[in-house]
Amino acid sequence: MAATSAVVNTAHHKAPNALGLPARLGLHALLIVFGVLMLAPFVVMLVVSLIPNTAFMTRNFSLNQFSLANYVETFQAVPFGRYYLNSIIVTASTTVLQILIASLAAYAFARLRFWGREGLFVLYLATLMIPFPVTLIPNFLIIRYLGWYDTYFALIVPGLFSVFSTFLLRQYYRGLPLDLDEAARMDGASSFRIWWQIVVPLSGPVLATLAIFVFQGVWNEFLWPLVVTASEEMRTIPLGLASFVGQYSTAWNLLMAGSVIALLPVLIIYVIGQKWFVKGITLSGMGGR
Amino acid sequence: MTSTRTSSTSVKRNPFRWRPQQQWEAYLFILPSFAGFLIFIGLAVMMSLGISFTEWGLTGARRFVGLQNYAQLLRDPLFWQSSGNTVFYIVAVVPLQLAIGLVMALGLNQAIRGRLVYRLIYFMPVVTTIVAGAIVFRLILANNGPLNDLIKWFSSASGLAFPAPNWLGSTQFSKWSVVMLTLWKNTGFTMVVYLAALQGVPQELYDAAETDGASAWQRLRNVTMPLISPTTFFLFVLQMIGAFQLFTEPFVMTSGGPANSSLSVVQYIYLSAFRDIRMDKASAMAWFLFVFIFLFTLIQNRMQQRWVYYETE
Repeated sequence: MAATSAVVNTAHHKAPNALGLPARLGLHALLIVFGVLMLAPFVVMLVVSLIPNTAFMTRNFSLNQFSLANYVETFQAVPFGRYYLNSIIVTASTTVLQILIASLAAYAFARLRFWGREGLFVLYLATLMIPFPVTLIPNFLIIRYLGWYDTYFALIVPGLFSVFSTFLLRQYYRGLPLDLDEAARMDGASSFRIWWQIVVPLSGPVLATLAIFVFQGVWNEFLWPLVVTASEEMRTIPLGLASFVGQYSTAWNLLMAGSVIALLPVLIIYVIGQKWFVKGITLSGMGGR
Repeated sequence: MTSTRTSSTSVKRNPFRWRPQQQWEAYLFILPSFAGFLIFIGLAVMMSLGISFTEWGLTGARRFVGLQNYAQLLRDPLFWQSSGNTVFYIVAVVPLQLAIGLVMALGLNQAIRGRLVYRLIYFMPVVTTIVAGAIVFRLILANNGPLNDLIKWFSSASGLAFPAPNWLGSTQFSKWSVVMLTLWKNTGFTMVVYLAALQGVPQELYDAAETDGASAWQRLRNVTMPLISPTTFFLFVLQMIGAFQLFTEPFVMTSGGPANSSLSVVQYIYLSAFRDIRMDKASAMAWFLFVFIFLFTLIQNRMQQRWVYYETE
């Protein structure tokens, strides 16, 4: 994948119809306008998070107003450490277990023969059409019935079963040569060993891509945690941030500091691993095609 | 098609096919996934359908009432209002997002410096927690916020003296606030998908078109657009399904207000179920949503024959 896009890029750079200087300047102007629009909310967030609310209200942006005081106050007012811990626990376990469960099923769908395989797979695919709000209420009831309301189980378990991840991995596993399985079977390997020692190691990039996609989705999830948690101790970052708005609706300096605290780590990871993030979110998004 | 053929011929060569043991192993592989599927999707869908045909808040006896919940929704002005708002979001967000994303992608597909930096910035909102985005937009769009600072400055500097809108607090502009937030958040995604599609268009086609004297606009209109139309279709359907299910944006930014002018359908489902404790009504509404999405997708699928170009066909 990386190789193909590199080839495409160089082809473009060597293109004979390279843009002239005026066209290039005009293009940069347009792209900078878009860039300013996309960046402005981040800049507003950062600036307001560093000055007192009164300074923002009077639009006093002199340098002596800037300090980290809002961050200290936000950390004292809101247990962001706890929110982070919850988000990390929920996201890490959901990502790992969801991909593991999907990978096992995808292996069977792609490379084993069993009665009912095609019918079951069609059933799986049919449920991709069902929007999340349909299963929201019954899943809340199931969680309540199981006694999992306001626990990690509620936040994690329903997210472990993803038809989409299963589908994506099945498509990939079907593309691997079946001769590998046959050769391993000749040597007496079990299906489990073939999955773990041949199929999984060969699917490193697709697993990484899918992991970023799942991570990103779970980390930012809002509606489901909102429905199945009640106590402050169980809040994930988006939820904690939203409840913070409820308490401090006009303390803009604190709200912005909280938003920066919530965003900064993910944005840093994103800037470092930009290529992987873009690939993970878009390629997985396109797998549903 | 090809992959099916390869796998079936390989299976024929596989001396161990239909080995009963492999069947049992296969079921073990499927088991964890299938158990979860059965409960959290299969059972859930059945329950949802069942609840939508009963009269049931959350506790107490259930009574079968047939289609009564659906009929009541059709007479519920708030259901119509939230549906109208949701249609507004779809109609405003989807075309704008496709158009702006395409322009960004076309710009970044040129041989210019700093493409990676631009892409980094355009995609940044996509990885941002939408709640944080909604909070900043509350500030930016506030009556005395930075956007209105700009508008007031422009209005007095230009001498036109038009009033700055009350973005979040007026029924007229609250939906546009949600649209702006959604565009900011999701356009980078559209841009990246388009960019990938553009890089797949063979350079020879452009060269040939140029030799034939086609202008830049004609090349875009007659070479680029048809070749990336499958991507346009895919993005169109994906963004539409997403816009149907808008929740967090209005929930955090406007709470659906003022006077429910920005309330989305999913938000109304949430409020019916978890504020009014009417699981029956909320379930019926969720099924209406499903039917809407299903029908729209079906219509799009039918219409794609008219404008989506597939090279292989």
